[in-house]
Amino acid sequence: MSTTVLTVDDSRAMRDMLRHSLIAAGFRVLQAEDGVHGLEVLETETPDVIVTDINMPRMDGFGFIEAVRRDETRRAMPVLVLTTEVDVEKKNRARAAGATGWIVKPFDPVKLVDAIRRVAA
Amino acid sequence: MEDPMAAIRETFFQECEEQLAELEAGLIAMENGTAEVETVNAVFRAVHSMKGGAGIFSLDALVRFAHVFETALDKVRSGDLAATPPVLAVFLRAADVLADLVRAAREGGSVDETRTAALVEEFNHINDAGANAPPVPPAPAAAPPPETTDGLFEDAPQPPVWKIVFTPRPELYAKANETALLLRELSRLGEMRVTLDAAHLPDLNVLDPEGAYLTWHIELVSDCDESAIQHVFEFVEDDCTLEITPPVAPGFAPGTVITGDNGFKFEFFPPAEDEPEAEAAPEARAPDPTTEAPVPAVKEIPVPAAPKSPAVEAMAAKAETAAAVSATIRVDLDRVDRMIDLVGELVINEAMLSQRVMEAGINRASGVAMALEELEHLTREIQDSVMAIRAQPVRSVFQRMPRLVREVAAQTGKQVRLITEGEGTEVDKTVIERIADPLTHMIRNAIDHGLESTEKRLEAGKPAEGTVKLTALHRSGRIVLEVSDDGGGINRARVKQKAIENGLIAPDAQLSEEEIDNLIFLPGFSTAAKVSDISGRGVGMDVVKQSVTALGGRISIASRPGRGSTFTLSLPLTLAVLDGMVISAHGHTLIIPLGAIVETLKPRAQDVFPLDREINVLALRGGYVPMVDVAASLGYCDQFVEPEQSVALLVEGEGGVRAVLLVDAIHGQRQVVIKSLEANYRAVPGIAAATVMGDGRVALILDVDAVVRNARSEAGRVEARADLPALEAN
Repeated sequence: MSTTVLTVDDSRAMRDMLRHSLIAAGFRVLQAEDGVHGLEVLETETPDVIVTDINMPRMDGFGFIEAVRRDETRRAMPVLVLTTEVDVEKKNRARAAGATGWIVKPFDPVKLVDAIRRVAA
Repeated sequence: MEDPMAAIRETFFQECEEQLAELEAGLIAMENGTAEVETVNAVFRAVHSMKGGAGIFSLDALVRFAHVFETALDKVRSGDLAATPPVLAVFLRAADVLADLVRAAREGGSVDETRTAALVEEFNHINDAGANAPPVPPAPAAAPPPETTDGLFEDAPQPPVWKIVFTPRPELYAKANETALLLRELSRLGEMRVTLDAAHLPDLNVLDPEGAYLTWHIELVSDCDESAIQHVFEFVEDDCTLEITPPVAPGFAPGTVITGDNGFKFEFFPPAEDEPEAEAAPEARAPDPTTEAPVPAVKEIPVPAAPKSPAVEAMAAKAETAAAVSATIRVDLDRVDRMIDLVGELVINEAMLSQRVMEAGINRASGVAMALEELEHLTREIQDSVMAIRAQPVRSVFQRMPRLVREVAAQTGKQVRLITEGEGTEVDKTVIERIADPLTHMIRNAIDHGLESTEKRLEAGKPAEGTVKLTALHRSGRIVLEVSDDGGGINRARVKQKAIENGLIAPDAQLSEEEIDNLIFLPGFSTAAKVSDISGRGVGMDVVKQSVTALGGRISIASRPGRGSTFTLSLPLTLAVLDGMVISAHGHTLIIPLGAIVETLKPRAQDVFPLDREINVLALRGGYVPMVDVAASLGYCDQFVEPEQSVALLVEGEGGVRAVLLVDAIHGQRQVVIKSLEANYRAVPGIAAATVMGDGRVALILDVDAVVRNARSEAGRVEARADLPALEAN
């Protein structure tokens, strides 16, 4: 079965872009518009990797990662943050929330795919 | 298949438009003091999101500007910077620049570099005011941003630990390699802990002196890469079993930072102390049982590289939609228009059917009649629903106005506050596209001519800041747009004088206040001593009126001296149907657009004056208006009806030019579905379009402008003719 990636981003263009790159790499792609939606998707799906944005309406990336980690069964689910934030403080916050990695947009599709493959183990 | 990247790019620009609108609305709310915490977040997100998307497409200028803007917004969000009016003014101007940059990126135009640079400078001031602003990311063409890893992880746990399992085979020893030397070499890469596994060492009596029984487990703490380790074992790699396990995954140490072109950066967080992954990383990475759990079959959409059947594609698309819950669908406009067309046919057919049934003398209380009534009701509902598909809120047009107001205010040196109401009012997409220009003009006009200068306002005891209000609402099946200002109102004495100077009215003409106000809609009328750059280059309200009339709309004005003016624009909700007056001329049924009709008259014989070339003029309230016999002008007959025996309609064409149309009878008003004559037949002079009546017959819709223009050219300037008796205004 192909690796399933859940992308959480409020930007339609970004979601399309991710979907395009990830499907081309052979991943199965799930999409969510924000943290709340991401958690809804997780109720029925168990992706191998989550790629999430930070700045989103309703529930931001920090809140989302924390919520993901609160669930025992999702402790080991790799969560990569994909953001334009370059702020050190935010990066550390993401790490404290339980993020596995931090990717600064604009993403390089090849490297992103590579990063996902590696954390998906 | 279309280029997916082009489609994504288009999506990005569409989103930019939405975000620009949200940005502006948010900033204005902040300015008005109606902002909530979420407003500031939304404003930040809008800019942030545009920056992120722009990065994908290497829109460097956009990325750089969005970055400085975002930095300032972030300070406001975190409370480091107060959103004072001067700061908000910079933000609003920045929003305009951002909009320009987006447009330039989309359409390949250029932007005002100096303005952008000036704003960046202002932002630098603002940002410096707060603490340590993050650096502006360099253009992607430049080197990737300096690595910020240093200092980022002051609290970073131990450097990555490599795990190496080294099991020499007998050949290794046979070739005189020394394991101790290899381990020493390896130790140069970093600190290591070596454990010898001698479990396979047999009893001495069976030990082969040339055999190989030992395995070393090495934990190497190093941020070297895998090739460095392999290099150590370069000469023995064929003679041993070597397992190198990278800290977490092959070649991927926690804390690793991978940078790429375009500013890409991936940073792999070292596992936190309290995380389960903190133990042996590779083991922890082993698939969690839950991840292996079968995914519910409903959404089991594999994404194979193998060719997909259309059905699978469709299913995938469906699943995608399910995941990315969306309340809207995009439909090709042609399909909607086709549906509107069909519904138009349905309406006509239904009317025909009703008429036939009634003609057949079927009892109104019968089941057939009742079913027909139900059909009629349903047909109207379908028509409304289909029309609603094309309907859009006027928001998209209203949102352009704050910027316009800022620009005109800056140009005129006036202080202006724009209030908008009813942005959610919906109207047909085509109408929206076509009201933008008239509205723009009316707002410019309201600021430039309507509002007094600040000094004059203060003298008059008004607040220095003038108010322009833009309102949209639905009223009796039409959309009504109002532009009002709290300026000085129309200076009627000056308007009248100007009209006399320009020969638009007779010097002794007695006009009501309303009539004087309406003079400003006459072509070429301008009260400003010199036409300013702002209210349009020589075009006045007549152009506005023209474009409004062309849409089947009406415009009126109400003005109170010293209190301001209100322009009211009323437009049909759609251009697919028309409110028309059904008339007959020489046995033919025709439709005259209701919007063009000023009033109906019954001409008196003594008011009709013949002019040469068989044109009559009618004396009407202090002026002469040419009379047009509709049947004759369309060639239905060459005999003129006696004006006194016909019904006269005073109509107004483009530019306020009037004529009196003579018809046999007026049958009443009705809404008709417009059918293009050109598309179905060919263009006919004097006819704008056609429609199908309830009895199934085609009725032509009169092109009032053409008819009026024609009459005018034949009659010449009737007002100026010396051979007509001078009139006393009545």
